Amino acid sequence: MFVIHVLIHIVFMFAMPPLLLGVIAKTKAAFAGRAGPPLLQPYYDCIKLLQKGSVLSTTTTWVFLGGPVVGLASTLVAGLLLPLGGHAAPISFEGDLILFAYLFALGRFFTASAALDTGSAFEGMGAAREVTFACLAEPALFFGLLTLAKLSQSLSLTGMLTEPFAVAWGVGGSSLVLVAVSLFIVLLAENCRIPFDDPNTHLELTMIHEVMVLDHSGPAFGMILYGAAMKLFLLGAVLLRVLVPVSLGNAWFDWAGFLAGMTLLSVFIGVVESTMARLRLVNVPKVLVAACLLAAFGLVLLVK
Amino acid sequence: MTEWLDPLLVVAMLLNFVALGASHLRTVIRVVALQGVLLGVMLLLTHSGPSLRTSLVAAAAVLLKGAVFPRMLSHAIREVNIRREVEPIIGFIASLVLGAIGTALAVVFARTLPLAPEHTETMLVPGSLASVWCGFLILATRLKAVSQVLGYLVLENGIFIFGVLLHEAMPLLVEVGVLLDLFVAIFVMGIIIHRINREFSTVNTQLLSMLRD
Repeated sequence: MFVIHVLIHIVFMFAMPPLLLGVIAKTKAAFAGRAGPPLLQPYYDCIKLLQKGSVLSTTTTWVFLGGPVVGLASTLVAGLLLPLGGHAAPISFEGDLILFAYLFALGRFFTASAALDTGSAFEGMGAAREVTFACLAEPALFFGLLTLAKLSQSLSLTGMLTEPFAVAWGVGGSSLVLVAVSLFIVLLAENCRIPFDDPNTHLELTMIHEVMVLDHSGPAFGMILYGAAMKLFLLGAVLLRVLVPVSLGNAWFDWAGFLAGMTLLSVFIGVVESTMARLRLVNVPKVLVAACLLAAFGLVLLVK
Repeated sequence: MTEWLDPLLVVAMLLNFVALGASHLRTVIRVVALQGVLLGVMLLLTHSGPSLRTSLVAAAAVLLKGAVFPRMLSHAIREVNIRREVEPIIGFIASLVLGAIGTALAVVFARTLPLAPEHTETMLVPGSLASVWCGFLILATRLKAVSQVLGYLVLENGIFIFGVLLHEAMPLLVEVGVLLDLFVAIFVMGIIIHRINREFSTVNTQLLSMLRD
């Protein structure tokens, strides 16, 4: 039974991430009164990019290609540590939450290095911004995970986000609300969604993530797109589990519920993106510090 | 009824952070007003339940803190034509972090206090200490007189939360008297802000460092 669930886990993890981007794009199009791209457009984009050739600048070294590869690989490994839909993760051990957080950091390190490797001042600026904001998003994520660990008395993601966690809303409801809000802010910031960055802009000075990948093309860019979608999927799965820590009783229903929940979450992200304007760059650290404080406050409420 | 007290206190403590981090005075005024209304509601949710006496005090608190003070302060900032606190002595993010540290310490400290057993399980004492600390921070680190009045109100809200613990023991006269004092204080401060502005064409209190005939 465990093997079947691991297989489903892997299928979901590989197949679903671009769908979330498609749902977000559809929601935004609906808000703008447009038909919008097809729901499966991100899949077509990835496939198209993988078939293309790529142009490499002569100033770049192996780091330039290492960025997308390590970025995608570290996200994949992080995905194996995270339980989806209340089923145990394929790999889990005590303290894997630290590995989970730092696999994202590893991917970010290589993406930023690849951006610096191009020797472009513009990409260097993007890398600096990305790393600055990541410094502030990381403690928020950690405080959130620590609160979950304290609630579930477990230090592995599987222990935190599967069965024992379901009772926690009765014990620490208010701190879970705080953690959920904080995780949502981290989700938007880490995936460069709208209040922090606009994933659609390629030519504006306020962008963060998109600046770093301007020089990538073809399969490398496809891997970046796919890795970014998967990061959104994974952080979304954590948030979904915090918000709805229930089991439907039947393992198959749980998977269906997970699918529906993730789709709803992407619709919600689409709504947030359609109704909010992007923050001024100087205000981004404020919001991220607020996210840290919310999560830290959630932890303090539990310890009291 | 008491199970609603803790979520309300958590909201009140979060409002402290908003008051610390927001630079628009209008936002801070709204936040402090909302906090005042929450305090009034808290009085009705304590162990004894709503009696005529607590309902009276709660109604007075909601009316004064939720409607009269914000009105007066909005009027004051319109009169002197300022919208935001520009340069606090300690920056917004630093004061937010200080507020958070203070709140965490308040939670830890409240556990060590020898409280009556019925008061230990609620968040009233840490909530009160945290609000006093955040109010004090706003009062001490902001330069505009209006922000200082708002800090004073947050500080008073903290004391009021402590009063919720003792509301059975405290005579009605004292509670109403405190609210009346507060009313007079805000009233006088509103006039002083106006005067400072007319005299110096700014409400920056840093200029008020010399005494002259």
